[in-house]
Amino acid sequence: MDVNHDLEKASQEERPQSEEGPAIEVEGLNLYYGANQALKDISLKIPHRQVTAFIGPSGCGKSTFLRCFNRMNDLLDIVRMDGIIRLDGMNVFDEACDVIELRRRVGMVFQKSNPFPMSIYENVVYGLRIAGVRDKAILDEAVERSLKGAALWTEVKERLKDSALGLSGGQMQRLCIARAIAVNPDVILMDEPCSALDPIATAKVEELILELKNQYTVVIVTHNMQQAGRVADLTAFMYLGELIEYDRTEVIFTRPSQRHTEDYVTGRFG
Amino acid sequence: MKSKNQATAKSMTRRHARGEVWVWLSAAGMLTTVLMLVGLLVLVTVNGLSALWPRSIHEFEMTDGSKALGELTKRNKEKAGTQIKTGNRDLYGIDFKWLEESEIQNQQLPDDVYVLERLEHGQFVGYLSDLKLLGQPALNNENKHSEFKRALVTMSAKRDELNRWSDEMADLNQNVESLRLALIDTKENSERWQRLREESISDETEFEVLRAKVESFRVELMTQKVVMTDVNGRIKEIALFQILRSYQPNQMSWFSRLGLYGKRMSELITEAPREANTEGGLFPAIFGTAIMVIIMSIFTMPLGVIAAVYLREYAKEGFLVRLVRITVNNLAGVPSIVYGMFGLGFFVYGIGGTIDEWFFSNRLPSPTFGTGGLLWASLTMALLTMPVVIVATEEGLSAVPKGLREGSLALGATKLQTLLRVVLPMSMPGMLTGLILAIARAAGEVAPLMLVGVAKLAANLVVDDVFPYFHPERKFMHLGFHIYDVGFQSPNVEAAIPMVFVTTLLLLVMVLGLSGTAMVLRQRMRSRYTSGAF
Ligand SMILES: Nc1ncnc2c1ncn2[C@@H]1O[C@H](COP(=O)(O)OP(=O)(O)O)[C@@H](O)[C@H]1O
Ligand SMILES: [Mg+2]
Repeated sequence: MDVNHDLEKASQEERPQSEEGPAIEVEGLNLYYGANQALKDISLKIPHRQVTAFIGPSGCGKSTFLRCFNRMNDLLDIVRMDGIIRLDGMNVFDEACDVIELRRRVGMVFQKSNPFPMSIYENVVYGLRIAGVRDKAILDEAVERSLKGAALWTEVKERLKDSALGLSGGQMQRLCIARAIAVNPDVILMDEPCSALDPIATAKVEELILELKNQYTVVIVTHNMQQAGRVADLTAFMYLGELIEYDRTEVIFTRPSQRHTEDYVTGRFG
Repeated sequence: MKSKNQATAKSMTRRHARGEVWVWLSAAGMLTTVLMLVGLLVLVTVNGLSALWPRSIHEFEMTDGSKALGELTKRNKEKAGTQIKTGNRDLYGIDFKWLEESEIQNQQLPDDVYVLERLEHGQFVGYLSDLKLLGQPALNNENKHSEFKRALVTMSAKRDELNRWSDEMADLNQNVESLRLALIDTKENSERWQRLREESISDETEFEVLRAKVESFRVELMTQKVVMTDVNGRIKEIALFQILRSYQPNQMSWFSRLGLYGKRMSELITEAPREANTEGGLFPAIFGTAIMVIIMSIFTMPLGVIAAVYLREYAKEGFLVRLVRITVNNLAGVPSIVYGMFGLGFFVYGIGGTIDEWFFSNRLPSPTFGTGGLLWASLTMALLTMPVVIVATEEGLSAVPKGLREGSLALGATKLQTLLRVVLPMSMPGMLTGLILAIARAAGEVAPLMLVGVAKLAANLVVDDVFPYFHPERKFMHLGFHIYDVGFQSPNVEAAIPMVFVTTLLLLVMVLGLSGTAMVLRQRMRSRYTSGAF
């Protein structure tokens, strides 16, 4: 596979900094829901500070795959997994890996925005509070930084104490992003973050994603191919639990090597 | 063919029409239910509120020359009879009298008729004839009304004094009793024993002195009398001491009646009952009901919530959990008297008896915790209402969206943190629903209480000024039991009917008040957790 070669080139071109090697490295990942295999022998490398998109028809295992990175699948008893996912070299399935710590390093934004029924402020500092941060100055600083980072600061700075449930759908989703970046993660996972938003809110979130990649490694699931084209540096096409093709986005969209991928991106099936 | 089609069409419309009938029927069913409920509320409210209204007193002249005096209570159209409440139980033996309407010659509202509310024998209705202060009769006619009024005011001050002395006597008595118990615990003839004994003796003498003083004062007070006559001229001397209030209803304006009504209402909620509970106030019963419900909530809420959290959040869904859930659901349907039996056997005799043996053995054989009391009643009620709380809380927990839990976990929260910070606050409305149902049930149950601690007349409140100020082992009074007791166990059931309605109304108001508060709280929480999404 020359995919990995390409990847290394991509990351070297744009990120000549200290971070050596891929941010996330998946090797031979299989996942079963009971007897039903949802992920089949997946291997790929996700570079630092890039946006990587997973595309594919619904039910192909994109969400399942994404949820492996922060071990959200642990919550389900019926799930069985084997394979390796390395986060900066450390296997997340290792005994030594603390899942709480892992989830602090790998933030997640869900398809349906899920702000807590608390004030905007409390939503943002939630991750810090549960980590035991009490210092008001640190919390205040984190709120401003995160909300600015999520391009929400100007809209809500006057009403930080108001309930987060009073925000619009797009604002809520950006609040969830702010909540995720408040704990300073390395990676942000996004599972169809725009699927419940109107076009204007979607555009804002996409802009934000491009902004985020300067600091974070972003992995996004989307069923919207234009979106993948707009925001992703790399795109993985999945089908029936298999990783069919993984390459630079423009390659996937213009000259894919697999027939399946071409059919999908040109809209002939899916 | 065509006709067959038409027939089908017809039968279909008929079926539709019949469907409409069902709609009407169910609507009628609902209407009946609502009407019955409204009727019940109206009946209780009207009867309860009007029971204390000072009504006019009518005088009837009958064809046989006799007279009758009293307030109108009932009419029987078929028999053409009128029932009046005559009062004067000590003279006539009963409070009520039926008059044949055909025999009534004359009916009027005499101006100078008196109603006296007395400590004993209920009301006296009649005319003021004379005053006998310190054994000496006679005052001239003009002054007797104002003299009577003045004498009553003086008497009320003296009665207060007497009550103060009685309180002192009760305190001394309590001292003597605790000294007696302390003496049992102390080594005989030791220094401390001697001291306690001396103290005890001095208290006892003081008590005796006070008692003698009170007795003589009471005798002296009893010499001050008023001479009343009933409508037929029978003379009745009544000690002023016995008279709690006198008023002349036929002279009263609507406003002064309202004033008196208000006073009676406030007495009702602040004073203790008299005369086998048929007169006087309901304070101990109100207090007892409230405190029982509160203690019940303190026990049932945490336990019920914890049980529900375990069942819903931690226990692995399986046969056992399903069995427990079914059991819990069905426990809500167990007859309450069964809980009463359990409370009696387990709490009162089991735990209470053991506590007595261990800590209060010097008071045996008279039980302290080994008999029904507030604590055991509250615990029994907590047990009885726990299933409701568990079920409601479980519903509240399951209503918390999965997305919020995942959101919290994805930020690195532990399961416990997620539970405490997100899930539990959000299921608060569910818990409050449980609390509302529990309160409504606990405040209304009577049967189990009769086994585990309710009293017809509790001598002391469970809270008082004697250390440790709160006495959960004491028996308590309860509005629900009060209704049963006054309505069906009192010697004079008919006279007690107004009291029954008043008590019922109060019980309703209390239950609605308590659960209303919880409902308002719940509404606030709900709007906090659901406002303005999208
Ligand atoms: N909780 C679950 N239990 C059992 N099967 C599941 C569960 N979640 C997903 N699956 C199955 O795994 C496959 C992949 O699902 P998912 O990852 O949600 O797909 P996508 O996000 O690409 O639409 C589907 O076939 C789905 O039926
Ligand atoms: Mg999905």
